[in-house]
Amino acid sequence: MADTTTLGKALNLGLRRAMEDDAKVVLMGEDIGRLGGVFRITDGLQKDFGEQRVVDTPLGEAGILGTAVGLAMRGYRPVCEIQFDGFVFPAYNQIVTQVAKLHARSRGRLPMPIVIRIPFGGGIGAVEHHSESPEAYFAHTAGLKVVAVSTPADAYWGIQQAIAHPDPVVFLEPKRRYWEKGVVDPDATPGPLFGSRVVRGGDDVTVLAYGPMVKTALQAAEVAAGEGRSLEVVDLHALSPLDLDPVYDSVRRTGRCVVVHEAPVTLGLGAEIAARVTEACFHSLEAPVLRVGGYDTPYPPAKLEEDYLPDLDRVLDAVDRSLGF
Amino acid sequence: MSVLSRTTELVDPVPGDGAPHLPAQPDLVQLLTPEGERVEHPDYALDVSAEELRALYRDLVLVRRWDVEATALQRQGELGLWASLQGQEAAQVGAGRAMAAGDMAFPTYREHGVAWTREVDPLHVISMFRGVDQGGWDPVATGFNLYTVVIGAQTLHATGYAMGLQRDGADAAALAFLGDGATSQGEVNEAMIWAATFAAPVVFFCQNNQYAISAPIERQSRVPLYQRASGFGFPGVRVDGNDVLAVLAVTRAALAAAREGSGPTFIEAFTYRMGAHTTSDDPSRYRLAGELEEWALRDPIARLKAHLSRTGVADRDFFDAVDAEGDELAVRIRTGTRGMPEPAGTEIFDHVYAETTPELAQQRAEFVAYHASFEEA
Ligand SMILES: Cc1ncc(C[n+]2csc(CCOP(=O)(O)OP(=O)(O)O)c2C)c(N)n1
Ligand SMILES: [Mg+2]
Repeated sequence: MADTTTLGKALNLGLRRAMEDDAKVVLMGEDIGRLGGVFRITDGLQKDFGEQRVVDTPLGEAGILGTAVGLAMRGYRPVCEIQFDGFVFPAYNQIVTQVAKLHARSRGRLPMPIVIRIPFGGGIGAVEHHSESPEAYFAHTAGLKVVAVSTPADAYWGIQQAIAHPDPVVFLEPKRRYWEKGVVDPDATPGPLFGSRVVRGGDDVTVLAYGPMVKTALQAAEVAAGEGRSLEVVDLHALSPLDLDPVYDSVRRTGRCVVVHEAPVTLGLGAEIAARVTEACFHSLEAPVLRVGGYDTPYPPAKLEEDYLPDLDRVLDAVDRSLGF
Repeated sequence: MSVLSRTTELVDPVPGDGAPHLPAQPDLVQLLTPEGERVEHPDYALDVSAEELRALYRDLVLVRRWDVEATALQRQGELGLWASLQGQEAAQVGAGRAMAAGDMAFPTYREHGVAWTREVDPLHVISMFRGVDQGGWDPVATGFNLYTVVIGAQTLHATGYAMGLQRDGADAAALAFLGDGATSQGEVNEAMIWAATFAAPVVFFCQNNQYAISAPIERQSRVPLYQRASGFGFPGVRVDGNDVLAVLAVTRAALAAAREGSGPTFIEAFTYRMGAHTTSDDPSRYRLAGELEEWALRDPIARLKAHLSRTGVADRDFFDAVDAEGDELAVRIRTGTRGMPEPAGTEIFDHVYAETTPELAQQRAEFVAYHASFEEA
């Protein structure tokens, strides 16, 4: 039975199903139990699954991730919630030096099926450290897999697939889209966890986005259509590993590619994608791959975030520039 | 007696079980009872003039008024967020007033009362919560560092600052603020180790307001927090955080010891967060109204007012005058907040580096050109 639900609630349902399916799934994080998390993503789960499976941790991100490693060694599947993107850094050491490397160091004897849930991105008018896009740090780290969901259905399936996956997954949730609604059909067959999806067909320019920017890209495509330009929008979904075959197919048809993300452009995901698209589609390209993203500045105070964040106009501006080559 | 049995009265509050947060407190330093009666403590004598007492009362009232106004402004959509200090006024004013001019405070995001004592303009704090800037005050000129939102990070900064003071032979100390939740962070533990190892002139001022968002203190510690200090090798004191006189006395003594080269002290100001964690929070999901009622009886302002009235240090006219001053402050905060100029978009690029880069200068130029293109169109 398909239901319309918010992205946040879809995550809650997905977590619930993963916990029902596998008794080894343990949720850990700050304020996730009685409060249900500051975004209520884990609402009601401690009540139903108990304090051993939904753990209100002490206030320490290194502690959350470091103990997740030990729990994983005992066969548990820890799902760690980081309260906000900007607070993942006390855990960064554990994630990068331990979680990411243990499988390789132990020659596969120590699998790390850990999910690190991070609400990421801006657009909610928050104070400092609550609007960051840290995906490139993780995608740059071998041993980690990185996924960014964009819709309720994506969130519902993605979180279950990430939990079932044998490797550590940094699972990025677009916090400004938590309240947006979509249809979730629990009987549907989900797309692959590490697969990109063409979410709108088009012929003139291929626009790539993930997480919160997928909606922005789709809005831009809608406006562009009204002006007689046809944009193909691809939701990358998987940031590491990247699934670019559908992107190459698209770019070989359109000859033009624009990558959009909130994170700063310099050395962001867009840089890697531009390089790969250029290598794979060189003879089809009519214009260089263009990137739209945050500026190379600290994330600004809330009153300035609209100036900082890519929006529909900046995506269309890049589309125009691409078509202008 | 085992550590656990000693603290069995500190149990996780269970909805429906009443307020568990008021254990017997043999170690609590108190100079003013909740009823406003002055009591002596063998280790903490405090000589305060009538004038100082009135000034402390004024601080408490004005700081609370500021907080009430800011909370209202958030409700009206003028601020993105506000972190209320309600209930913690005495802890903050007492600590702030214990500081000397050359001392440096390292606040979290809730120390509006300390900001007040350092003569930081309330509007410079409010501008951060309005999303105009990251805090508009000058940390060097005020001796009050910028707010730190990442839990615990500032405790290391305070310790390093103290190491600097030590090298300079300065007659000054650093005062690091932190919450009960923050004590679980690795960085805070490192700060205490560094401070102890180098006998740095830093005082850790922990406001145990019983919660870290929804997590009660029992989630962070199985021993009273002040007892942690002995494990690091310096003294720990638990003070009644709702007693401005006791906080003043204890913090003064700790800062004096630090300045004299005796090293750090950990002060646990035992208090209560009367409001929500921030305006985004709904505490009814995790704590009981009964707790609030009990803590309301220990209100920091009411007890000083009772003391001032009973001893004749202040009369009705004085209290009225402070309230009138509060009204003026409220007007200033309301109009000042609503009238704050919108920041210019180009400010994003300002001050990123001491020496800007060609790349960033180019991004700024592109930003300006891009926005100008809309005006031409
Ligand atoms: C490193 C880090 N993790 C998580 C958060 C989110 N957060 C903000 S305040 C808070 C609780 C802090 O509790 P406490 O230290 O007791 O201070 P209080 O808010 O009670 O003053 C948390 C978890 C944060 N700001 N920084
Ligand atoms: Mg607290």
